[in-house]
Amino acid sequence: MRRQLWMASVAIAASVAFGASAGAKTLVYCSEGSPEGFNPALYTAGTTFDASSHPIFNRLVEFERGSTTVIPGLAESWTASDDGLQYTFKLRKGVKFHTTKAFTPSRDFNADDVIFSFERQGNKDHPYHKVSGGSYEYFEGMSMPDIIETVEKIDDYTVKFVLSKPEAPFVANLAMDFASIMSAEYADQMLKAGTPEQVDLAPVGTGPFQLQQYQKDAVIRYKANDGYWAGKSELDTLIFSITPDASVRYQKLKAGECHVMPYPNPADIEAMKSDSDVNLLEQEGLNVGYLAFNTEKAPFTDKRVRQALNMAIDKQAIIDAVFQGAGKIAKNPIPPTIWSYNESTKDYAYDPEKAKALLAEAGVSGLKTNIWAMPVQRPYNPNARRMAELIQADWAKVGVEAEIVTFEWGEYLKRSKAGEHETVLLGWTGDNGDPDNFLYVLLGCDAASGANRARWCHKPFDDLLKQAKQTADTAERTRLYEEAQLVFKEEAPWVTIAHSVVFMPVRNEVVDFRVHPLGGHIFYGVDLK
Amino acid sequence: MLKFILTRIGLLLPTFIGVTIISFSFIRLLPGDPIELMAGERGIEPERHAQLMAQFGFDKPIWEQYLVFMGKLLEGDLGASIVTKKPIFDEFFSLFPATLELALFAIVFAIVIGLPAGIVAGVKRGSVFDHTVMGISLTGFSMPIFWWGLLLIIFFSGILGWTPVSGRISVLYYFEPVTGFMLIDTLLSDEEGAFSSALSHLILPAIVLGTIPLAVIARQTRSAMLEVLSEDYVRTARAKGLPPGRVVGLHALRNALIPVITVIGLQVGVLLAGAILTETIFAWPGIGKWMVDSIFRRDYPSVQGGLMLIAAIVMVVNLIVDLLYGLINPRIRHAR
Repeated sequence: MRRQLWMASVAIAASVAFGASAGAKTLVYCSEGSPEGFNPALYTAGTTFDASSHPIFNRLVEFERGSTTVIPGLAESWTASDDGLQYTFKLRKGVKFHTTKAFTPSRDFNADDVIFSFERQGNKDHPYHKVSGGSYEYFEGMSMPDIIETVEKIDDYTVKFVLSKPEAPFVANLAMDFASIMSAEYADQMLKAGTPEQVDLAPVGTGPFQLQQYQKDAVIRYKANDGYWAGKSELDTLIFSITPDASVRYQKLKAGECHVMPYPNPADIEAMKSDSDVNLLEQEGLNVGYLAFNTEKAPFTDKRVRQALNMAIDKQAIIDAVFQGAGKIAKNPIPPTIWSYNESTKDYAYDPEKAKALLAEAGVSGLKTNIWAMPVQRPYNPNARRMAELIQADWAKVGVEAEIVTFEWGEYLKRSKAGEHETVLLGWTGDNGDPDNFLYVLLGCDAASGANRARWCHKPFDDLLKQAKQTADTAERTRLYEEAQLVFKEEAPWVTIAHSVVFMPVRNEVVDFRVHPLGGHIFYGVDLK
Repeated sequence: MLKFILTRIGLLLPTFIGVTIISFSFIRLLPGDPIELMAGERGIEPERHAQLMAQFGFDKPIWEQYLVFMGKLLEGDLGASIVTKKPIFDEFFSLFPATLELALFAIVFAIVIGLPAGIVAGVKRGSVFDHTVMGISLTGFSMPIFWWGLLLIIFFSGILGWTPVSGRISVLYYFEPVTGFMLIDTLLSDEEGAFSSALSHLILPAIVLGTIPLAVIARQTRSAMLEVLSEDYVRTARAKGLPPGRVVGLHALRNALIPVITVIGLQVGVLLAGAILTETIFAWPGIGKWMVDSIFRRDYPSVQGGLMLIAAIVMVVNLIVDLLYGLINPRIRHAR
């Protein structure tokens, strides 16, 4: 028995390679966890989007692979009315939904599918609204119920969105995962059969891959959609091998048990760089890590104090110690991969002497405060505790005594939202690549009792953002956002600390995998040597 | 004997109710709630938050939630996960075979190695073998599972390439599960080589999970052997001139096994607890991994339902061991 077992293990190790069925191309992705489900509108986790919206579905508009540029998807083109209140989309013809065991489409994709996908989320009386728990957090979170007045079918291949207020970032929102287009015909059939939740469990989309099998915490299997409207994928089969531990993922990559892995362990980066089987891709992430001052509490109401504490922090030391090469200093509240990033912003240089002088000028001495440090790792802040300690030491040099405070994550978010902190470490990862998604969400007056942890409401800044929301012209919006970034820097409600660098190890045989700035992992367009 | 069985079962009921109360309240004592966690950095409007809490029934006082939970439990309904929206029962039993398969292999590994090692160490007390076995078992007992697992992966899978890194089977095999037990399912499928792939995937996790039980069993067997070997009847047997193999194998071992069986029974709890870490390292799709995820997401129904089912399983196994014990050792069943 033991001898047999031994031989079996040797045999397997030898055949771990991928050429099981010759000719067919199979890419294995060592994903980090199980998806919450397969309807991206119901969930908010990136893991879920990787497994659902990217392979299985399409949206009216899409993000170009590897960029934040919005390109046509299921809509071939779109126009905006002059007042910015109406957007009309011309839909693509001849797009087919997947054929599955439970469903064979009788018609091509059309306007009814678009109406269904948005009505389900927005209309509380829609028969599907409450199905599968019926909470649409991204739709709500992006304020879509306030923005969209109606979605109208003009004809089978034309859809008009009427907005309640001009909202330029709206088109980018439609490229987001929650706006994936589902089949209305499939939904009708399932409703008649009395099993509406099947729509979310056995998904039918128009995307490049079709779901074949899912075993929780083990494997997700897709086959290429032969009739994909943009051309069949080079890969015949796509497999997600679910592997929660980062070090184990790397061992699997090395052993050839998978081709691509996300979220490497920072300690493994050096080894990956010198690994001849592995190609380590890197890109700045669409995120920012920051320290927010509670501008409602003295002395942080005084911008000189905020500026002084900015100058007192040695950011380079933080990047070296906390990010270990996986971060870049942030000077703006938006990352450089986003359009309108202001290159000319001048950051506060590290200058403890000047900081002391500025504090004295503001009449502040012997200041005692706190620094809240997140209990979790995030790309924009891999070790908040360590970061807080470095800031604490820097501030001590200018006579500011800070106590480090932390809570369990849910509690941390809740209390900091309620403004219990004096200064708090937090960050943000972008949703749609639009500057509004950082600036308005994190620093606008409307968010001052919510996501705006600085509780900062500065009218000149807010006016610029509101103006930009109402302008459809990208050049004009760019100018407004660039100006807003300068106002932000002068007022200093935050210390902008870092943007992470995203590392993505892929095996050499993988062709044209691109790191997606929005954080997703997309396999359409990828090939194997 | 019947009275003994009934008393034992009667004792289970209060224990079970205690478990439901603990599993129900502990997850709610953790700060943060599922809705806050789902919303993340984005945050959520207080009205929307209240609406969702009400939708799941989390806005009611905790005792009321508990009564609702117990009421449904009596109807055999454990509720549904707030994340996946699937019934807890289905979630649990679709993952449980994986844990059971792993646990069975781990305990077999522990017994097959631990028992003989303990016997020999006991018989050859004070020998080099004895010291070696006890030293190794102390090390095994103190080994952090996470570190031990990673070490084995790096050595056997990474450097030597003998075993696969993680998972239950190579992802290239594609068939629908029938029983949930991979070894059986692979035999039922016509995929060539699937069975040996599944078997090779079991080796490292079974060793890792079986290490602590192995150490415990070896130590327990050794000390039980030592105790029995100094008994009068063993001396008598030896004096009669019985061969040493017969004395140890028949007279001593049978009596020494009694405490060992209890210890093996108790290892079920250890195995299920160890499964949490082992499954996370080896990407093993069982209930341990599922519980961890549910706790992090504050998925109250999954945590309370899952804990309850695990506790029920441990209790039933312990009951069986108790009964078995009574069967082997008449003194126990007559003592009551």
